[in-house]
Amino acid sequence: MLGYTITQWLFGILSFLAIMFALMVVFTRNPVNSVLYLVLTFFCIAGHYLLLNAQFLAVVHIVVYAGAIMVLFLFIIMLMNLNADTEPRKHIGTRFIAGMVGGILLFVMVGALRGAEQLQLVQGGASQIGLVKNLGKVLFSEFLFPFEIASILLLAALVGAIMIGKRDTNINSKENTNS
Amino acid sequence: MTAFIIYKAIMCVGVFLLCLGAAAYATLWERKFAAFLQDRKGPSRAGWGGIFQPLADGVKMFMKEEIIPNVSNRSLFILGPCLFMITAVITSAVVPWAKPVMINGHMYDMQITDINIGVIYLLGVASIGVYGIMIGGWASNNKFALLGAVRASSQMISYEIPMGIALIALIISSGGSLSLKEIVEQQDAGFANFVWQPLGFLIFFICALAETNRAPFDLPECETELVGGYHTEYSSMKLGLFLFAEYINMFISSAVIATMYFGGYNFPFAHELYEKLGLADGSVWISLIGFGVLMAKIFGFVCLFMWIRWTLPRFRYDQLMNLGWKTLLPLSLFNLLLTIVIEYFRGNIHF
Repeated sequence: MLGYTITQWLFGILSFLAIMFALMVVFTRNPVNSVLYLVLTFFCIAGHYLLLNAQFLAVVHIVVYAGAIMVLFLFIIMLMNLNADTEPRKHIGTRFIAGMVGGILLFVMVGALRGAEQLQLVQGGASQIGLVKNLGKVLFSEFLFPFEIASILLLAALVGAIMIGKRDTNINSKENTNS
Repeated sequence: MTAFIIYKAIMCVGVFLLCLGAAAYATLWERKFAAFLQDRKGPSRAGWGGIFQPLADGVKMFMKEEIIPNVSNRSLFILGPCLFMITAVITSAVVPWAKPVMINGHMYDMQITDINIGVIYLLGVASIGVYGIMIGGWASNNKFALLGAVRASSQMISYEIPMGIALIALIISSGGSLSLKEIVEQQDAGFANFVWQPLGFLIFFICALAETNRAPFDLPECETELVGGYHTEYSSMKLGLFLFAEYINMFISSAVIATMYFGGYNFPFAHELYEKLGLADGSVWISLIGFGVLMAKIFGFVCLFMWIRWTLPRFRYDQLMNLGWKTLLPLSLFNLLLTIVIEYFRGNIHF
C-alpha cells in the first residue's frame, strides 16, 4: 500500500489521532469533553506501545490512566458541574503572553529534535523486553531495589492521601454513633 | 493472509452474535426463572412457552417514543449507552470458546485473539466500562442520574481491587500465564483451578456481581432512592441498550468465571471419552462437545446470578462499601498470601 508496511500505516494513523485528540483536549471549551479527549489520547499512546511490542505497558497504561485516574478527573469535574460557560474568559494580555511562552517552548523543542536524526535508533519491533515475563524477570532481579523504593513511595502517597482525606476524628465518632 | 482475515471475521461475527443471542435469551430466562421462584408462570404468550418474547421486547423497545431531554448534552447522551454496550461486548475477545479445530491442515483457535496479557485486558475493559454509565448519567443533566452514575463508578472502582488481587492469586496457582487459553489448557491436565482457589473464586464471583451491577449490588439503579438511577432520562432503544448490556455483561462474566475457575471447555474424563468415541485432536466434534460443556457451565452461572437476584434484598450503600473495602480486600490479600505459601509447598514457586 503506497510503499508502506501495515506497521508504518498504523504508526502514522495513531500518531495523527494522538496529536489531534491532544489538541482537542486543549481547544474544547467543555471540561468533560476535554477529559474524554484525553482518554482517547491515552488509547492512541497505548496503541503506540503495542506497536513497540510492549503489551504489558500498553494495557497497564489503559488500566491506570484511562481506567482509574481519568475516571477520578471525570468524577470531580462532573460533581463540580463545570460547563463551557463557567470557564473564565482570560484577559487579552494573558492570552498573548501564554501564546508567546508556548511558542518559545515549541521553538526549543523543535531545536532540540533537529539533531535527532543523527542518533542511531534501535529498531523497537523486535524487542522482547515489553512482554510480561521478560519485564517481570528484569524488574524483580536487576531493578529490584528501585522497584521497592517506588512501592514505598506509592505507599507513602497512599497513607498521605488518606490522612488528608480523613475528617476531624470528633465529627467522625459522632457520626458513627448516629449510624 | 486472506484465509486469516476470513477466519478472524467469522470469529468476530460469530462471537458477537453468540453474545447478543445469549443475552436476549437471558432476559427471557431471567423472567422465567423469577416466575419459577415466585410460583408464577412468567411470559408465555409469544410463541411456544414465550420463546419469541425477546423478539417482542426488542420490537417494543424500538417502537417506543424516543426522548432526548432538551437540557442534556446531546452527543454525550447518545454516546453513553453506545460505550456501555461496546465495553460489554469487547470482553468476549479473549475468551476461548472451544478447542482448536483442524481445517486443511491448519489449527484454528476458537477464540478471537489469544493475547498474552488476556487477564489484564479483562481488568482493563472492566475499568473502562465505567465510562458508559458515567457519561450517560452526567449527560442526562438530572440529579438522580448523576447520583446513580457516581454510585456505579465508585462501586465498580472499589470492587476492581479485590477482583485484581484474586486474579493474581489465580495466576500464581495456575502456572503464571496471563493468556486465557493457557489457563484453560493447564486445567485440562490437572484439576480445575477452583480446587486450588476456592476463596479466590468466591471473591471473584462477588466482585463480578458488583461489577455487572446485579442485585444485591444494583444500587446504581436503586428505584426506591434514585427513580431509575443512571438511566432515569433514557427511553426507547437507548434504555434498551443499557438493560441489554447488563445481560451481555452477565453472560461474559459467567464465561470468564467458567473459563478461569472451572476449566472452560474441559470436563472430567474428557480424554477417555474422546478416545472411546475415536476422535482425534482437532476434530470438529471435540470442539462442539467442548463448546457445549462451556455453555452448560455458563448457563449454570447465569442461573446462579439470577437465583441471587431473586433471593437476596438489596444492600445499603455503606454496607456495600464496607463489604468491598473492609472484608473483600483483606480477604483477597489473605488469599494471595495463602496461595503463595501453598504453591511454595507444592513446588510451583522457587525463590
